[in-house]
Amino acid sequence: MLETMVFSTLNGILYGLLLFMLSSGLTLIFSMMGVLNFAHASFYMLGAYFAYALGLHIGFWPALFLAPCLVAVIGALVERYGLRRVHASGHVAELLFTFGLAYVIDELVHLFWGSIPVSYVPPDYMQNPLFTLFGTDYSIYRGVTMMIAVFMFAALWFLLKKTRVGLMIRAALTHGDMVGHLGHNVPRLFMGVFGFGCALAGLAGVIGGPLLNTEPGMAQTLGPIVFVVVVVGGMGSLIGAFYASLLIGLLQTFFVAFDASIADMLGAIGISVDPYGEITGITLASLAPMTPFILLVLILIFRPRGLMGELEP
Amino acid sequence: MNASTSTATTSARAGWRPFAPWLISIAALLTLPAVSAGIGISVINVIAIHIVFALSYNMLLGQGGMLSFGHAVFFGLGSYAAIHAMNAIGEASYAGEGFWAHFPVFLLPLVGLVAGALMALLVGWPFCRRAGTAFAMITLGLGELVATGTHMFPSVFGGETGVFSNRMVGPVWFGLELAQPADVYWFMAFWLFAAVLAMWAFTRTPLGRMSNAVRDNPDRLQFIGYPPRNVRFLVFIASGGFAGLAGGMAAVNYEIVTPESLSLLSSGLALLMAAVGGLGIFYGPIVGAIAVTLMNSLLSDFTDASVLYVGLVFLAVVMFAPSGLAGGIEQVRQAWHRNELAARWPVWLGGSLAVTALALATILGVELVYLLSHGKDKLAQALGLELDASSPLSWAAVVALVAIGYGLWRATGKYREANS
Repeated sequence: MLETMVFSTLNGILYGLLLFMLSSGLTLIFSMMGVLNFAHASFYMLGAYFAYALGLHIGFWPALFLAPCLVAVIGALVERYGLRRVHASGHVAELLFTFGLAYVIDELVHLFWGSIPVSYVPPDYMQNPLFTLFGTDYSIYRGVTMMIAVFMFAALWFLLKKTRVGLMIRAALTHGDMVGHLGHNVPRLFMGVFGFGCALAGLAGVIGGPLLNTEPGMAQTLGPIVFVVVVVGGMGSLIGAFYASLLIGLLQTFFVAFDASIADMLGAIGISVDPYGEITGITLASLAPMTPFILLVLILIFRPRGLMGELEP
Repeated sequence: MNASTSTATTSARAGWRPFAPWLISIAALLTLPAVSAGIGISVINVIAIHIVFALSYNMLLGQGGMLSFGHAVFFGLGSYAAIHAMNAIGEASYAGEGFWAHFPVFLLPLVGLVAGALMALLVGWPFCRRAGTAFAMITLGLGELVATGTHMFPSVFGGETGVFSNRMVGPVWFGLELAQPADVYWFMAFWLFAAVLAMWAFTRTPLGRMSNAVRDNPDRLQFIGYPPRNVRFLVFIASGGFAGLAGGMAAVNYEIVTPESLSLLSSGLALLMAAVGGLGIFYGPIVGAIAVTLMNSLLSDFTDASVLYVGLVFLAVVMFAPSGLAGGIEQVRQAWHRNELAARWPVWLGGSLAVTALALATILGVELVYLLSHGKDKLAQALGLELDASSPLSWAAVVALVAIGYGLWRATGKYREANS
């Protein structure tokens, strides 16, 4: 039991950190431009595939740095030549644009890399155990992943809070026009933030690809969950997104780990029902994929501004 | 979501003209089976389903300003209700008694309608408090919730394989035994016409007009005494009902319903068709449904990248023609009414040549990449072309086509702006 607890917590935190890496970019983009980027998870997938393709030629570590940069360039181009164009037609048009973009990126991945998973794996030495607890190994790769994630958050915090660019970004979040009047190039700032957000998603793909399988469906499985994180945390709130990521990461991992059915739980409090019935036989594990969406609907009904958000969406 | 065109008044014109589109539609529906040899009657049946689905979606987005990512929930649940009713008809008519023994398969879309509307009635109230991003997110949540939830109730949703049925049961209406797709066509034609007429009539009701108002300015609507939430809720129910009706048509057509029909992919299809056709004009989704369905079914015979092409068309429409295909039709129609057609056609011709060149470049590029990564290319084989992805000549052709298209676009751009 303790073993499951410890490893579920570790895995849940890792999954949560990955989710935050995706949702932090999405939140930044949303609070700055008011556009929910439907293609965000597609950039995450691009990151994984770029790292795989580059890794074949230049090795794992250089690819780890190059792939997010490539994704950033693509993101910036998308903002400059696509999103800026539809911006004039309003928010719905922007959402539609990113929705179509997600479609196209998914299909392009099919086109270039086929529809079966590619074998994107970290180098062999990283499969070795970092430590062994209760007879179960925890691989070096997972440890490194967690370190990269934590390091990235420190860098993100430093960038936003301690640098001049961060100051401009934070100012542009709330007073975009004023920042423009003061002589800063706000559209270029937008492009930069969009690219940076995409790079974060790409980085999540690079380190998450080997953990969660690099296949063309990976954007579709994670995309909606990232939206849940952003909404549950509160639109535009980075710290809210952080808590929501960890919450959903831990919830999902624990639901999978504790494979109890509804009948088991009712039995624990003294009500005995048919353990193989259609409803009472439902296990927590099979509920796991639904939990984020239950959370989303409940939050939007009862607390539309999310955990930490200041504004309703 | 420009409203001006969707509510163009026709009442001022006297005589038969307001009825002309309907009479033409009836004539088209009656003659279609005779001239459909090229695309096949079963494709037309699918188009009929998609038209109703896309129009019901546009009740929300185009007319009510509510962007939904979970519309397929109502479509799918309507489908499931209809297919279970079909099974009930089968069993009851075998036993020879009971309510379902006297229920014709012909009326099954009504079962779908009731199921879709009921579902919308059940879940809609908390959803309709806000439009915009909140509505989009909560419908996305509902869609994913239902789509993942289907796997937990295999007795209702049939697990991965779905629920099967047989449509040749129960009382026969109008001599339609529904054995052949040609029989099903008349069933589809009836329900298509009825549903389109009903949805058009809906836009003329006070509620339909209110839904336009709630899209354009909810605050003002509140001030004059109509709570926007109530209006949204009623529109949501109506739209869910029509989506369910389309689902019922689908159940009769396919005789199988899978959880796929409730998924985000299916919701996306409705959005795609409505947006490609044009959200601001009533008949836009009809045009979009026809175009997208034809593209999907015809292209998939020739190329493996058909979904990519549909996605690219969607992107192009969103970026360059926000009023969709129907917006283009309206432009031509207005120019014709004002006798400006002669002055404008050269520019339009130049523009369409530019688009054609760019489209050809895209297709060639995509198929070349396909050839490189998969080794064979269906489209080139179908056209009898010998594409060579390794030769620089092929890639030069792509570049040349892009250059021609871009040049034409820039050259005609001046005149396009001068004219519009």
